[in-house]
Amino acid sequence: MRSIAIALLAAALPALAAPPVTAIVGGTVITITKGTFKGTVILKDGKIAEIGENVSIPAGAEKVDATGMYVMPGIIDPHSHIAAEATNEGSISVASMVDINDVINPEDIAIYRALAGGVTTIVTLHGSADTIGGQCATIKMRWGKDAEGLKVQGAPPILKFALGENVKRAGSSQQRINIPGLSMPQAPLRYPGTRMGVEDVLRQSFLKAKAYQAEWKEYNDQVKAGQHPIPPRRDLQLEPLVAVLEGRMLVHTHAYRQDEILMFLKVGDEFGFRTACLIHCLEGYKVAKEIAAHKAGVTTFSDWWDYKIEARDAIPYNAAIMLKKGVDVSLHSDDAQLMRHLNQEAAKIIRYGGISENEALSLITIAPARQIGLDKRIGSLEVGKDADVVIYDKHPLSNYAKVQKVFIDGIKYFDRDTDISGRAAKEARKKALIQKEQEMMRRAAPPTRRPA
Amino acid sequence: MKNLKTTAITFLFCLCPAAAMAADTYVLRGATVHPVSGPDIANGVVVISDGKIADVGAKAAIPKGAKIVELKGLHVYPGMIDSATQIGLIETGSIRESNDSSENRDYVPEVRAIAAVNPASEYIPVGRAAGITAVITAPQGGVVSGQAALMHLDGWTWEEMAIRQSAAMMLQFPSIGGGRGRGGFGGGMFPGAQRTPFAEQRRQYEQRIKAIHDYFDAARRYEKAKALGGPAFQVDPQYEAMLPVLAGKLPLAVRASDARSIKDAIAFCDQEKVKMILIGTGEAYKVAADLKAKNIPVICGPTLALPEEEDDPYDQQNTIPGELVKAGVKIAFGTFGNQFERNLPFQAANAVSYGLPYEEALKAVTLNAAEIWGVGDQLGSIEKGKIADLIITDGDPLEARTNIKQAFINGKPASLETKHTRLYKQYMERP
Repeated sequence: MRSIAIALLAAALPALAAPPVTAIVGGTVITITKGTFKGTVILKDGKIAEIGENVSIPAGAEKVDATGMYVMPGIIDPHSHIAAEATNEGSISVASMVDINDVINPEDIAIYRALAGGVTTIVTLHGSADTIGGQCATIKMRWGKDAEGLKVQGAPPILKFALGENVKRAGSSQQRINIPGLSMPQAPLRYPGTRMGVEDVLRQSFLKAKAYQAEWKEYNDQVKAGQHPIPPRRDLQLEPLVAVLEGRMLVHTHAYRQDEILMFLKVGDEFGFRTACLIHCLEGYKVAKEIAAHKAGVTTFSDWWDYKIEARDAIPYNAAIMLKKGVDVSLHSDDAQLMRHLNQEAAKIIRYGGISENEALSLITIAPARQIGLDKRIGSLEVGKDADVVIYDKHPLSNYAKVQKVFIDGIKYFDRDTDISGRAAKEARKKALIQKEQEMMRRAAPPTRRPA
Repeated sequence: MKNLKTTAITFLFCLCPAAAMAADTYVLRGATVHPVSGPDIANGVVVISDGKIADVGAKAAIPKGAKIVELKGLHVYPGMIDSATQIGLIETGSIRESNDSSENRDYVPEVRAIAAVNPASEYIPVGRAAGITAVITAPQGGVVSGQAALMHLDGWTWEEMAIRQSAAMMLQFPSIGGGRGRGGFGGGMFPGAQRTPFAEQRRQYEQRIKAIHDYFDAARRYEKAKALGGPAFQVDPQYEAMLPVLAGKLPLAVRASDARSIKDAIAFCDQEKVKMILIGTGEAYKVAADLKAKNIPVICGPTLALPEEEDDPYDQQNTIPGELVKAGVKIAFGTFGNQFERNLPFQAANAVSYGLPYEEALKAVTLNAAEIWGVGDQLGSIEKGKIADLIITDGDPLEARTNIKQAFINGKPASLETKHTRLYKQYMERP
C-alpha cells in the first residue's frame, strides 16, 4: 500500500465517516428534475432524506451553511479515462474480454482534482483503438478509498465500441504511429483499415455472438429436458456481446462522422440492440432525426473542433441542435482537465444554441445518469437518491463559480476551505519527506572508492 | 429587454451591407461603454469615423450623415486580443499539409508568420464571433523561431489584416531535461531510452544557452560590419532580421517554463540588452520578483489547465495570474492553441475567481495586450484616436452566457457568421 503517497497527495483526507445527518441550509437548491428554490437538503444514511423550502432540521444534524450559495447534484462525467492503469488493448480489434475494472488506480490525483471540480460519478472507459474495445468501470470520486471502494455497486456494465480514424490507425501503414529513434519490428497491419471494414468487423462479431448464444441456448434447453450434454466452451470474447444482445450490457460507442453513426445504429437495429450512448458524436447534429428514432443517447464536447479530419465539421451548436430534435444529450470530458469544469462547458451550450439554464445543467447531471443506467440513483436532487451533492459559491453556470464542498453518499469528500488551510502543512510534510529520502540515499550510497 | 435586444440586432444586421463602403461614420449610442482605460460610461456615445474612434463620452457631437446604432441595454467593450495563437498558420492540427507553424532549422529570425497567414482560415471568423478582434500569431520550434505578427481578425489579405507585421521575435529558451510542463513530454521517457545524468544535462543546457549568446554576438558583428560598409559587405537576411531586436525596437518573446529557465532567460536578455516578453506562465510565479524588477510582462497560459506537478494545489493555474499581478507584473492572456481561441475570455474569468481583480482581467485581454505588443497608443481601449476595434455584448464579455452581438474591426462592422453558424442553420432546417 503506497500509504505515504496517498497521505501526501490527498490535499485533505476526508474523515471517511458520515455524520448521522447533514443539513445543507440557506442555499439556492437546483434539483434539476423538481425545480429550483431556496431551501434545505437533508442527507442521511448516504441518501437524500428530505428536500424542500420548508424542511425541519432533525436534532443532532450537522448544519452546513450555504447562504448565498448554490446546491446541485454531483456532476456525472460519462466519458473519462482517469483512474485507470491502462486504456487500450490495441493488439486486436475485438477486445471485448478486457475490463477496465481490473486496472483501477485509486491513487490517481485526477480523482481528487475531478472531485474539486464538482464531479462525483464517472465512467472510466477503454480507449478507442479497437472496433470493440473492452468493458468499462463506473466509479465515484471517493478519494481515499481503494479500487473496490470507488466502484458503484450494481451499476450496469458498459461495453465500449469505436469507429473511424482511431480504429483504422493500426490498419494503415501511413497512420501507424512510429516513434523516431526506436526501431520496432513492424507487426502485420491489423484489420480493419477502413470504415467499410469497421462495419464488417461489427457484423462478423455479432454473427459469431449469435451463434454462440444459440449454442448455449441449445445446451440449456437440453439440460432442462433432463439430458446430460457437453457444455459449449466458454468464450470470454463473445460473452459480453451476448450480454449486449440480451440487453444486460450497455453499448457506448466512440463515433465522429454521420456515416459511421448511422451505420452503427443500423447494425444495432439488425441485431436488435440499442445504443445507450454515442460518444463524441460531433456530427450527430447531421443525423439527429435518426439518433432520436433509435432512442440512442449522445455525449459530446461543447466546443472541440478541427483537431483531426473527422472533427472538421464539429460545431458548438451540436448539443443544442440534437436537444431541439429530441435526442438525449449529455456533455463529457474525455480529459482530466476538462472534467474539472464541466459546469462551464454546459454554460457554453446556452451561448451556442440558446437552451435554458436547467437544460444546460441537465447535460452534466441527469442526462449522463440516464446514459450510464443510473438515473434512478443519481443525477438529480430527489428524496431517496444518493446524497451526491455539490455546493458552488456562485451560480454553477457562471465562469466565476468555484466548488466549495462536495458530498458523495452523504460523506464530505471535498472542502475548499480545508484544502486551502491544509496546504502549508502539506508543503511542510513534503519537504520533510524529501529530506528523509535524501538522508536515506546518502546513507545507502556506497563509500567513495579510492583510486587503485 | 428582449425586444430591445432584438431591435438592436436587427439594426446591426441591416448595417452589414454598408461594410463595403469605406470611410463610413457610425454613432453607437445608448449602451454602457467600457473604455477599459477609464471609468464606465452609462448611456454613452462612441463615434467611429475613418476606421478610428473619433469621439467617446456621455455626450458627443453627431457628425452629419453618420449611421446611428441604438444599443440601449447593451455594452460596448474594446475588441479582445489573444496574445498566443497560430491562427492562419495551422488549420487542422493533425494534418501536416495544413501546418506552417514550425520551420525545420534552429535559427530562422528572418521567417515571418504574417506572410504565411491564410486569410481564409476558419479560425478567423470563429475568433471574431467570440469577440476577439486581434491576435498574435507566432511561429514556434527550434531556437529563434521567427517573427510573430499582430493582426486583425478581418481583412481580404494578410497585408490588410496586419497591425504589426513584425510584433516580436520568438525564442524557445532551453531547459534542463527538456519538455517540462506544457508542450513537452512531461519528463516521460520512451521505453528503452537512457536517462542522461543531471550534471551532463546541465552541461548541455548551459551550452545551448551559450550557443544563443554566440548567435547574438554574430548578429552584433554583422551590425558593425554593416555600419562600416565597404565592398565586402553583403546583406544577410538572417542577421538583418535580428537588427531590430538588438536595437531594442523589437521585443524578444521568450518561451520558458521552469523557474530556472525563466531566471536564465531574464539574465540572458539583460546581458544582451534586449526587451523581453515571457510567453507562458509555467513557474513564472516562482520568479515574479525578478520579472517585476526587470518589468518583463507575461503572456499567461491557459488557466483552465492542470497543475504542473502531481502534488501542486489543484487550482494552481487559476491563482498564478493573480499572484503575478499582485507582484506588480503586467500580464495578458493567450490561448496557446487555435482550437480554444474562443475561450480566451473564460480563461481570464477563471483567474478572477481565484484572486485576479476583474479590471485587471479585462485589461489582460485588451489594453495590456496592446501595450505589451507595442501598440498601446493605437489599440486595446475605447479612446479618441484609437483604431475602432469594438465589440457589442449583452453582458460581461468574460462570461460564457453572454452573447457577442456585433463587432467592429478597423471601424467597419465585421461579420459574425462562421462555418459553425452556417452548419447550425443548415442542419436546423433539415426536414
